Amino acid sequence: MPNRRRFVQQLTALASTSAASTLLPTIARAQPAKLRVGLMLPYTGTFASLGTAITNGFKLAVAESGGKLGGRDIEYFTVDDESEPAKATDNANKLIQRDKVDVLVGTVHSGVVMAMVKVARDNNTLLLIPNAGANAATGGQCAPNIFRTSFSNWQPAHPMGKVMADKGHKKVVTLTWKYGAGEESVESFKEAFTKTGGTIVKEMYLPFPNVEFQSFLTEIASLKPDAVFVFFAGGGAVKFVKDYAAAGLKDKIPLYGSGFLTDGTLEAQGAAAQGLLTTLHYGDGIENARNKQFRYAYGKAHGVQADVYAVQGYDTALLLAGGLQAVQGNFGERKALYSALEKVRVDSPRGSWTMSRSHNPVQDIYLRRVEGNANQVIGIAWKALADPARGCKIGA
Amino acid sequence: MEWLIQVLNSVQYGLLLFLVASGLTLIFGIMGVINLAHGSFYMVGAYLGFSLSAMTGSLWLALPLGVVLAILLGLLLEKLFISRLYGRDHLQQVLLTFGLILVFEEVRSLLVGDDVHGVPVPPMLEASLPLTATLSYPVYRLFISGVCLALAALMYVVIQKTRVGMMIRAGASNPEMTEAMGIDIRRVHALVFAAGVALAAFAGLVAAPISSVYPGMGNQVLIVCFVVVVIGGIGSLKGALMAALLIGFVDTFGKVLLPEFAGVAVYLLMAVILLVRPAGLFGKR
Amino acid sequence: MSRARAQLALVLIGALLLALFPLVAEKFYLQLVTKIMILAIFTLSLDLLVGYTGLVSLGHAAYAGLAAYSLALAAAGVDVPDLWLTLLLALAASACAALVIGALVVRTSGVYFIMVTLAFAQMVYYFFHDTRVAGGSDGIYVNARPETHLPGVDLGNDGHFYYLVLLLLAASYVLLRVVLQSPFGRALRGIKVNEQRMRALGFDVFRYKLGAFVLAGTIAGLAGYLIAAKEGYVNPELLAWHQSGTVLMMLILGGVGTLVGAIIGAFSYVLLQEWFSSLTRHWQLLMGCFIVGAVLLMPEGIAGLPRTVRRWRSDRRFFRDRQPATGLASRADVGAATAGEAAPLAASATSAETAPLPASASAQRPLTP
Repeated sequence: MPNRRRFVQQLTALASTSAASTLLPTIARAQPAKLRVGLMLPYTGTFASLGTAITNGFKLAVAESGGKLGGRDIEYFTVDDESEPAKATDNANKLIQRDKVDVLVGTVHSGVVMAMVKVARDNNTLLLIPNAGANAATGGQCAPNIFRTSFSNWQPAHPMGKVMADKGHKKVVTLTWKYGAGEESVESFKEAFTKTGGTIVKEMYLPFPNVEFQSFLTEIASLKPDAVFVFFAGGGAVKFVKDYAAAGLKDKIPLYGSGFLTDGTLEAQGAAAQGLLTTLHYGDGIENARNKQFRYAYGKAHGVQADVYAVQGYDTALLLAGGLQAVQGNFGERKALYSALEKVRVDSPRGSWTMSRSHNPVQDIYLRRVEGNANQVIGIAWKALADPARGCKIGA
Repeated sequence: MEWLIQVLNSVQYGLLLFLVASGLTLIFGIMGVINLAHGSFYMVGAYLGFSLSAMTGSLWLALPLGVVLAILLGLLLEKLFISRLYGRDHLQQVLLTFGLILVFEEVRSLLVGDDVHGVPVPPMLEASLPLTATLSYPVYRLFISGVCLALAALMYVVIQKTRVGMMIRAGASNPEMTEAMGIDIRRVHALVFAAGVALAAFAGLVAAPISSVYPGMGNQVLIVCFVVVVIGGIGSLKGALMAALLIGFVDTFGKVLLPEFAGVAVYLLMAVILLVRPAGLFGKR
Repeated sequence: MSRARAQLALVLIGALLLALFPLVAEKFYLQLVTKIMILAIFTLSLDLLVGYTGLVSLGHAAYAGLAAYSLALAAAGVDVPDLWLTLLLALAASACAALVIGALVVRTSGVYFIMVTLAFAQMVYYFFHDTRVAGGSDGIYVNARPETHLPGVDLGNDGHFYYLVLLLLAASYVLLRVVLQSPFGRALRGIKVNEQRMRALGFDVFRYKLGAFVLAGTIAGLAGYLIAAKEGYVNPELLAWHQSGTVLMMLILGGVGTLVGAIIGAFSYVLLQEWFSSLTRHWQLLMGCFIVGAVLLMPEGIAGLPRTVRRWRSDRRFFRDRQPATGLASRADVGAATAGEAAPLAASATSAETAPLPASASAQRPLTP
């Protein structure tokens, strides 16, 4: 009995190995190893909806190209970064060292992304940033393996300086939170606005994430500037716009802001936001076929309207696909991949764009006006705006 | 003129803070329970305000419904968890209520999702009173201030002038004697806890139209609440009111006059007060 | 086996396991356990304050953060920072801050102490967050890992760094044990049980409490320095009050007032978090439920589990009778049961103090943890 069983076992083993070895070359050819994509995004906390939108956008792009990027299947590894900079290094290491991802995608919060940048540089992992706007990531900390598909804090605010100057506003008051994104936005706005002869009467800051604006609204009313420029996002943006209108300032002192003031917040802001002009690299109502198709597909898949974050996630997948295609899915040749990524023209719902030398999108910044529940694009505030990449040494 | 308006801003913010913090000082002072989940109750109230006013179409209906639901929630929590904490030390209360925060946040995420929502102001109160040529004051904010004052008066009357209030005060100073006098101290504690939860939820509900509802709103309000309660003196409603108004002034004027210190102004205030009067303004030593 | 022997055995076994771990571990897990050990040092320092002196601080992260920032700033000027020099600098920074802040806050007690430590920590947080002294809210990098200048030791190697941290963890534990056995440590325990009595006995309670505060702050500084050295990145969120809160959670979970509980707490909290987040996106729900369950079922933390099990065995009503005085009898029960503890565990402190008339949960006195 044992002998017969042993014999059958050995026969089976022989049969299967020979079968496998004949099949193996075909299998190997037909199925290259899956591309390991690590998503490090916030899935809990204040920015949870942004993390979800970015993920949805990314996966939509992958689904639209048959579940593959550059001919390769994708294996996802996800980590909730909770927007916590203190845990960022460990979370990034989890994906890079434990899960051995090929590509790291993330994140929303700038403090977290700065840690990711360091880890990516130390491990020479490809990092694709689908939101965090910290200027340094494609500025002083730029690197060949770091690419951003969203914006730098400098970009969306800069054209507003020109827009407001063109509208004849001379004396402006700014208000934002005292943290990286707020300060970088206001600085950029100031740069453009003062260049055309405008003056900033007062730069006001409130502690992050404080949302008690009343004292500032009273101050604005007493200063009586020509206009007000603000940077707020999320819950704070909703509250500010509503408070501004409730204080009766909306019709007396025009309010402007970078697009985050009215993105993903319109349902909550309602009437208070109507007519607001903002600048951003995306607008719900962009009149091109790509955007329409994207918004339709996204709405159908997820039951909610696409927003700028979804677009950024979508574009990240498109960028990666473009780069991989150029190197025939061969991840090994990093230099070739990076230079391919640098040359990809992303056919995005926001309009097509390419990378700047510091690996930040060179893109059109739209002027949008809130009409109903959408940010309608009424013009291009600045065509092909590139971040100045101060301190970046790539290609310098 | 602007100065007067800033004073109005300070008072209004202070009154709202008092409304949120009153529940905390009651629970803390009368039951001796450190309740970190207080911010979560505020959030629950705000989200109740959002859901109920969306369902019923009116904030006026949402208010009493929300308060009733909050009271029920408070009674349930007290029975299940808080009642087991009385014999325990404060660190365990801190840990348990911290666990509750996590649970509430995730349940909220599962039930309502993570988006930011607005709650419409009732049409009757949508107007704004013009105060200067440029600035108007929203009537709804005045309404909230009025509600806070009314509630403060109500609390004073209940605690000082009614039998229930007497039982609560007795239970706070000497639970054993109160028990010996034939009063069921467990009922009193359950009542106080439910009242505390209801106050926090009511504050969230009533403030929802001006603050909007979003994830993490509870955590932001929590720490300010603790500051109010501690500055005012634990267990003292009068203290909480004074402290809240004080913080309202410091925060409002601090932001405009001393912007560099705006972030730390409130904490600096608390540190100074505690160093001078270690039990808070009206705390009992 | 006596409790002390059991603890010693546990510690030695733990140390052995940790020492052997790098031989089997993958890079990621090596780094993870390094991080947990650093957190354990942090938690140990808090245990000195909370568990043995009775001072619950919600601002402890400030001292760790200060040390982290001093490494980052010191490293900014040089190519390769020297371990000894930068460590000394960092510890000095934390110690000074703890001295200054401690001198102000140690006068208060109970929940007021909690809040005033929080207040000062927030001030330090806003200083780093709102100013450009060290990168503001985006944080600052530590250029390179510190160099020991010892032959054959390269802290850039994860294994070497791991052993350094293990050594420092062991040293911290031993140091604290020694301190707690000393007259100073005994005085601290006395202060926790009954401060007025100690004062009546002639102890300068202020000096002792301040001493504990500074020592705890310095050890926290050690943890902060190691975090900065390990991650190469420092962000003001390291100083935020929810970091202080998390360490407190870890301590309470592990068991307050038993040094080994601090280490157990750090390991359990982080490993649990890792496990839960691998299960579901809504891992915080699991964590919250676990914490609630732990408080209800393990009142003395994980380190106190043997005792809890013993008590449950001998008195099945243990978990149900935690009601506010269903009669004078049961409150006395609670008082008697906990007053009989040998070591000043947190639970006993309140009832031992109020043994004559168990009216602890009132607003008449400032609440003491």
